[in-house]
Amino acid sequence: MDVGKSVIRVDAFDKATGRAKYCDDLCDKSALIARVLHATIGNGMVKSVDTTEAEKVEGVVKIVTCFDVPHYKFPTAGHPWSTDVHHQDVADRLLLTKRVRFYGDDIAAVVAENEVAAAQALRKIKVEYEQYPVVLDVQEAMQDGASQLHAEFKNNILAHTDIRMGDYEAASKEPGLIKVEGWYDTPTVQHCHIENHICYASMEAGRVVVYSSTQIPHIVRRVIGQALGISWGKVRVVKPYIGGGFGNKQDALYEPLCAYLTTIVGGRLVKLDCSREETFVCNRVRHAIRTHIISWLRPDGSFAARKIECFSNQGAYASHGHGICAKGMGAFPQIYPCPNIEGDAYTVFTNRPVAGAMRGYGVPQATFAHEAHIEDVCKVLGVDSLEFRRKHMMPVGYVDGFSKNENYADSLNQILDKGEKYLDYSRKHKEYAAQTGNIRRGVGVALHWYNTAVWPISLESSSCRMVLNQDGSIQVQTGETEIGQGCDTAFAQMAADAVGLRVENVHMVSAQDTDVTPFGTGSYASRQTYVGGFAIAQTGAILKEKILSYACEITRQMPALLDIVEGNIIRKTDGRVLLTVGDLATQALYSLEHSQHITAESTYQIKNNAYSFGCCFAEVEVDMALCKVKLVDMINVHDCGRLINPQLAEAQVHGGMSMGIGYGMSEELKFDPKTGRVLNDNLLDYKLSTFMDHPHLEAQFVENAEPTSPYGTKALGEPPACPGAPAIRNAILNATGVAIDVAPMTPHILFDKFKEAGLI
Amino acid sequence: MYDLSALYEASSVAEAVALRVAHPEAQIIAGGSDVLVQMREGKRAGKALISIYGIDAMRGVSIDEDENIRIGSLTSFSHITKDPIIQKYINVLGEAVDMVGGPQIRNIGTIGGNTCNGVTSADSASTLHAWEAIVELTGPNGVRRLPIKDFYIKAGTVDLQDGEIQTAILIPKSSYENCFGHYIKYAMRNAMDIATTGCSVNVVLSADKKTIERVRIAYGVAGPVPMRAPSAEAVATGKSVSMETVNAFGDAVLEDINPRDSWRAAKAFRQHIAVELAKRCLIRSIELAGGAV
Repeated sequence: MDVGKSVIRVDAFDKATGRAKYCDDLCDKSALIARVLHATIGNGMVKSVDTTEAEKVEGVVKIVTCFDVPHYKFPTAGHPWSTDVHHQDVADRLLLTKRVRFYGDDIAAVVAENEVAAAQALRKIKVEYEQYPVVLDVQEAMQDGASQLHAEFKNNILAHTDIRMGDYEAASKEPGLIKVEGWYDTPTVQHCHIENHICYASMEAGRVVVYSSTQIPHIVRRVIGQALGISWGKVRVVKPYIGGGFGNKQDALYEPLCAYLTTIVGGRLVKLDCSREETFVCNRVRHAIRTHIISWLRPDGSFAARKIECFSNQGAYASHGHGICAKGMGAFPQIYPCPNIEGDAYTVFTNRPVAGAMRGYGVPQATFAHEAHIEDVCKVLGVDSLEFRRKHMMPVGYVDGFSKNENYADSLNQILDKGEKYLDYSRKHKEYAAQTGNIRRGVGVALHWYNTAVWPISLESSSCRMVLNQDGSIQVQTGETEIGQGCDTAFAQMAADAVGLRVENVHMVSAQDTDVTPFGTGSYASRQTYVGGFAIAQTGAILKEKILSYACEITRQMPALLDIVEGNIIRKTDGRVLLTVGDLATQALYSLEHSQHITAESTYQIKNNAYSFGCCFAEVEVDMALCKVKLVDMINVHDCGRLINPQLAEAQVHGGMSMGIGYGMSEELKFDPKTGRVLNDNLLDYKLSTFMDHPHLEAQFVENAEPTSPYGTKALGEPPACPGAPAIRNAILNATGVAIDVAPMTPHILFDKFKEAGLI
Repeated sequence: MYDLSALYEASSVAEAVALRVAHPEAQIIAGGSDVLVQMREGKRAGKALISIYGIDAMRGVSIDEDENIRIGSLTSFSHITKDPIIQKYINVLGEAVDMVGGPQIRNIGTIGGNTCNGVTSADSASTLHAWEAIVELTGPNGVRRLPIKDFYIKAGTVDLQDGEIQTAILIPKSSYENCFGHYIKYAMRNAMDIATTGCSVNVVLSADKKTIERVRIAYGVAGPVPMRAPSAEAVATGKSVSMETVNAFGDAVLEDINPRDSWRAAKAFRQHIAVELAKRCLIRSIELAGGAV
């Protein structure tokens, strides 16, 4: 059995040696180069575009402007399509736009023979604008009189949802309650995957073929069809290896425009390769969410009533929209249950870059607010914050009314036990409580839960195809995409176990091609391993049954008495090896009596979801005078069910912890208040944390097998990015007594807060 | 693909000067870690380049006949850091340039490029100012030497005249003898960053290590160009080694520096950090010189 072993990644050698092909490696060097002209105002209308001088640049093939493109409005979110019109994503994008809604909006495109000609032409296009006032802040955008970004969304509110449990108003009036209130701000950050978004398109046999660095090839195919007004079968999308996505590529980005451009240059190959600056401004970002929480507590520490308000900054277009903020608020009632809860979540358009999916999908924002607030509650009550959490967090047996998720095991206590022990948290938390002097230490904790996949909000289905080769090895394809996270390896392990083969005889077809890959909605929502597992288990069983059925013809033994173990057909009654799967496959394919190409394909629709749990413990050292926080140690503990591949799981956690460090300490996009221009659209000024900013990252696990999964697994892709920032925040609180309620907690913020507190 | 109109490669200083005279509009390029970035951004698009990167005579660190430390302008940051002369006499410079960017940048980036770029945040600049480096420029009329404070004219502009290239940076013996210094780069990250503020201090102590005979301090990012803090130096020169001196030195810095408010950092924050860095750098320099505060 290979599930549970740290099998070497199936793509390790190709990636380490540079043989693995990514989009730009595959694109023919004859490709025309497309570049986009981005608006240099934050809000307004394009009055005219003068391309006269640009057209004269040698090597320019075609220039299109917002006045030329077809008028098919399309949605971009990488959600499964909904056949219910009310649940479809908001279609508010055009290929190029006259109505500028953020600084960097797409208003024209140049296709040229080479990069230099394209860049020169871009600089020569003259644009006349009519400007409107820019609104960047959610609360300001909701005011009457604020600039309206989309006429159909009054006060710029894309969506508002609420939670009403019990009677908050009445419950909060209970005599003797203690009120704890806080506002918590999280920043606009970007995914910063290594490979910028890139795509190229050409026409073949009357169809548009697009290669793209995307997480969601099948969805991108649909969106291209919608944007160009052509039937979806006229589009073929191929996804080779990709250099990370983290949710940015869970959106249709420039594929529709690139597909359109090839159609206007006679089907010639056109490449659109985003710069890092464009990736920061013109792809997607994480929603900045401002959260307001009020807790009403009895003197014994129990919650009488709780209120939460979330204000999510959508930026200029709907993209994934309200799903993010709603998911974050949805985490609130469950992590510390309370009978009386009032919650309101607003997602609001502003003239900022478009916010979409990003690893954690609203939960990093929510966890920062929820866990900062819980720490504040404990401080007000004067109680041990770990004990308080243990007493009030989601109990064993808790069932969510909507998803039917059940907390089967005592996971939360078990992960807290491991983290507490590793960091010696409780002792240090007391010891560090009353320090003076310039260098101060602190420890902090944060915990969270996470849904696996998107059921029951959206479709969850997975498809798989297995093809048996002459030597008894198999090719495996799934609708779930390898985007660097390692799912191909996990799937190979699962498939090996499902059929009874050695993992080295499972060949994953990593590249996805909508012409040949079984349908799947792609890589997102921490769903790959969970969702893919169903289709692999089911398809593996079908393939195995076909192999054993053929084995019966050869061996004349009853199929029920046969099994496949490590590539051998064995008779279970005595364990005798009757023949190898390779011998069987060769016979089956070339038999003059009964030739059979043994394959299996199936789709499984998943109507389950699963609670995944995680926590982070962090230790910091604060240099008060320099307003600097140094991370000394950090541990994440997760219960993501049974580990399919422990080493890959650990790597997944390390990456998430790193993202949490940046989120908590350094990363944020900054905007010019007058124009909305992003000031730090590069990796120098955008402070992505580096290896030198990381302490040792400890990753540990609790393995309570998830009973709804054939492999006992559940979410691990996104959870590691969720609890880091609040754990750091709480550690700074422990060290200094100062609550920093704004992430990232940079020296700039600490300087202001320490001054306020009279500490410097 | 870079938008450049021509590339001329010089193999000697004389050839570089001749190319400069023949193509006065052309941009000099050494390691390229600044110039190519600017070209990519469109700032120098379409320019011709004169590459001096192949002139090996401009590489390396030596002691010249006047006992100056001579650093060839093309010497890379990583070579400066590992050079035994630097380590022996002005180790702080090696430490400072070891904080530039990341390893790849430090292998390609040169000290000449770092200074000719004329930016206030250059990691070498505050230490070179604090050690009163001399810039050597070679042009059609021969060699010109000037103090580094005069080389910097304003942000992004240095005194590089028609036909000239910078060929070396010199540290005079009177500057480095018995002198010990420390540099702190204050940045938002521990690598791959530019300084929010950089502070370089060096001292010469009396034989008994009780008195500060000479102290020099310079900042990057405390004004439009790297700058000394003369008031602070005056306050501490000739004073006893003590916390009182250290604090007076730090506080006096505010009379000299003029950081600005920008989206990268607020003025008040930069001032606060500048004072703190001055004190810490002075304490560490005194320790390196064998004293104790």
